Amino acid sequence: MKARVTVTLKTGVLDPQGKAIEGALKSLGIDGVGSVRQGKVFDIELDGADKAAAEAALKAACEKLLANTVIENYRVELQA
Amino acid sequence: MKAAVITFPGSNRDGDVAKALRQAGAAVEHVWHGDHELPAGTDLVVLPGGFSYGDYLRCGAIAGRAHIMDATRAHAARGGLVLGICNGFQIACEAGLLPGVLARNADLKFVCKRQHLKVERNDTAFTSAYAKGQTIDVCIAHGEGNYICDPETLARLEGEGLVAFRYADADGNVTAAANPNGSLNGIAGIYSPGRNVLGLMPHPENLIDGLVGGTDGRGMFASLVGAKKAA
Repeated sequence: MKARVTVTLKTGVLDPQGKAIEGALKSLGIDGVGSVRQGKVFDIELDGADKAAAEAALKAACEKLLANTVIENYRVELQA
Repeated sequence: MKAAVITFPGSNRDGDVAKALRQAGAAVEHVWHGDHELPAGTDLVVLPGGFSYGDYLRCGAIAGRAHIMDATRAHAARGGLVLGICNGFQIACEAGLLPGVLARNADLKFVCKRQHLKVERNDTAFTSAYAKGQTIDVCIAHGEGNYICDPETLARLEGEGLVAFRYADADGNVTAAANPNGSLNGIAGIYSPGRNVLGLMPHPENLIDGLVGGTDGRGMFASLVGAKKAA
């Protein structure tokens, strides 16, 4: 089973990297860019086929390591 | 005073802090991050500066989950002293020893320079050799030193006197211009509620020898050795 975990900064947390990227996109003349927030994507391969067990393991992975929940949110997507 | 300096993969200031501790009269043992136990009789655990695990994932995130951190948390819970400097402060936050996060510097620049700090209180094991309100001249070298936390945590840190050091100008004024990284309230270092854990971004261990520009960092190590003698 494969999964994708997306970690993003919580609303209101300053994201200077996103701001810098936003500035670079605007300086390239790419129209219509309002704002940019940078995050992280983890593609994870899991042993076993039990969906509930996989979701529990991924939640633990996010809470214990992948996200710092003081400033970050996470989203888990299981892929068939 | 028996100090255990932890070495993580990518630590690079472990030697410097060991030298500063020995100069002050402490006995120092180097401990590998994969060890499960601290040496018997450890008074102080030091999480040194550097770039543990290449700053992968988040600064200090992987080191904060090392085996030796379980022993370090237990040591802190017993009231034992823990000092986290720079990457060690990031590790202490990631390990749950201190609240908050060291985020990317607000202006995105890595800063490496001399920096004045205001000593907020001198009734702790880390600062008794300084005067309350003293301005000290140390240095900073970090890309992720922007201290942030939620408003409730900030109110608690301020209300309970848990801010250890603030970035200041040469006259001790805590100003926006003297803040090198955007930290809330100019915070350069914080204590745990028991004031037995200190995390700070600046490097006092850099300024222990007049030959390399100053000795204002000595006070911290003298304080720690003195705290053990007084205990």
